[in-house]
Amino acid sequence: MGRVVIDVMPKPEILDPQGKAVVGALPRLGFDVFTGVRQGKRFELEVEGDVTPEVLEQAREAAETLLSNPVIEDVVSVREADRVDA
Amino acid sequence: MKVGVVTFPGSLDDGDARRAVTLAGGEAVALWHADADLKGVDAVVLPGGFSYGDYLRCGAIARFAPVMTEVVRAAEGGMPVLGICNGFQVLCESHLLPGALVRNDHQKFICRDQRLRVEATDTAWTSSFTAGQEITIPLKNGEGGFVADTATLDRLEGEGRVVFRYLDVNPNGSMRDIAGISNDRGNVVGLMPHPEHAVEELFGPGLDGLGLFTSVLKAGLEAVS
Repeated sequence: MGRVVIDVMPKPEILDPQGKAVVGALPRLGFDVFTGVRQGKRFELEVEGDVTPEVLEQAREAAETLLSNPVIEDVVSVREADRVDA
Repeated sequence: MKVGVVTFPGSLDDGDARRAVTLAGGEAVALWHADADLKGVDAVVLPGGFSYGDYLRCGAIARFAPVMTEVVRAAEGGMPVLGICNGFQVLCESHLLPGALVRNDHQKFICRDQRLRVEATDTAWTSSFTAGQEITIPLKNGEGGFVADTATLDRLEGEGRVVFRYLDVNPNGSMRDIAGISNDRGNVVGLMPHPEHAVEELFGPGLDGLGLFTSVLKAGLEAVS
């Protein structure tokens, strides 16, 4: 079974209220070195067989059309899951 | 004149929207998300709520519902379409309107009676108002911040497509205080506040919402005559 990992992040110029809330909470727990947080999304898409170039191409298309909204988000990575991801 | 109101899984204000159509003098027709069928309606309302639980992004999954293929086709042919709150989000995700709605800048859900200025009266949904008219209707959203790039915002302003603007306070961080916009033809309008909750005495802040529904009925009559 193959797996494709897709990362989507809010565009840099779009305010990320969730990230802002997280960066506000960190110092309360003593994590005082972090000056900014941006929160994105990670999708894991499973396929029956191997992750072929065609599978990756479909994943890229899905990432651009459904999994992200290009007005507010960037698809930053579409890749086959490696051992680190597993 | 028949005005269809779409019900998606998670729609909340479809009943109120149908009631508003009826009170304005139209015939409300319930449309179902899974049916690729507009049942011969003359206009469509996409109501507020949390279609598909707001999963993925607000409106992102509703956009691919079978009924939306027909709504998009009809809208591109000039049929009046109104998106309220979640419906506005669906219209943006469907690319019938530019921009997107993101989480409120203050991160809290907001529910208040909101004063607005009607800035464009040449749309299918606002012809009953006078230019610059100030109205008060309820606003309730968690992800109502309107965003778009500067070029898009300038184009919307330049072409007179900012239909409603927030007055007094900007309740959700919307760019340039934008509460509602239209497409270039003026048949498709989306707004975050809820006109369908201000159509009856003793319910809501007044009757200011009724004008959107009487506008589209008027447009329908003019098209027939």
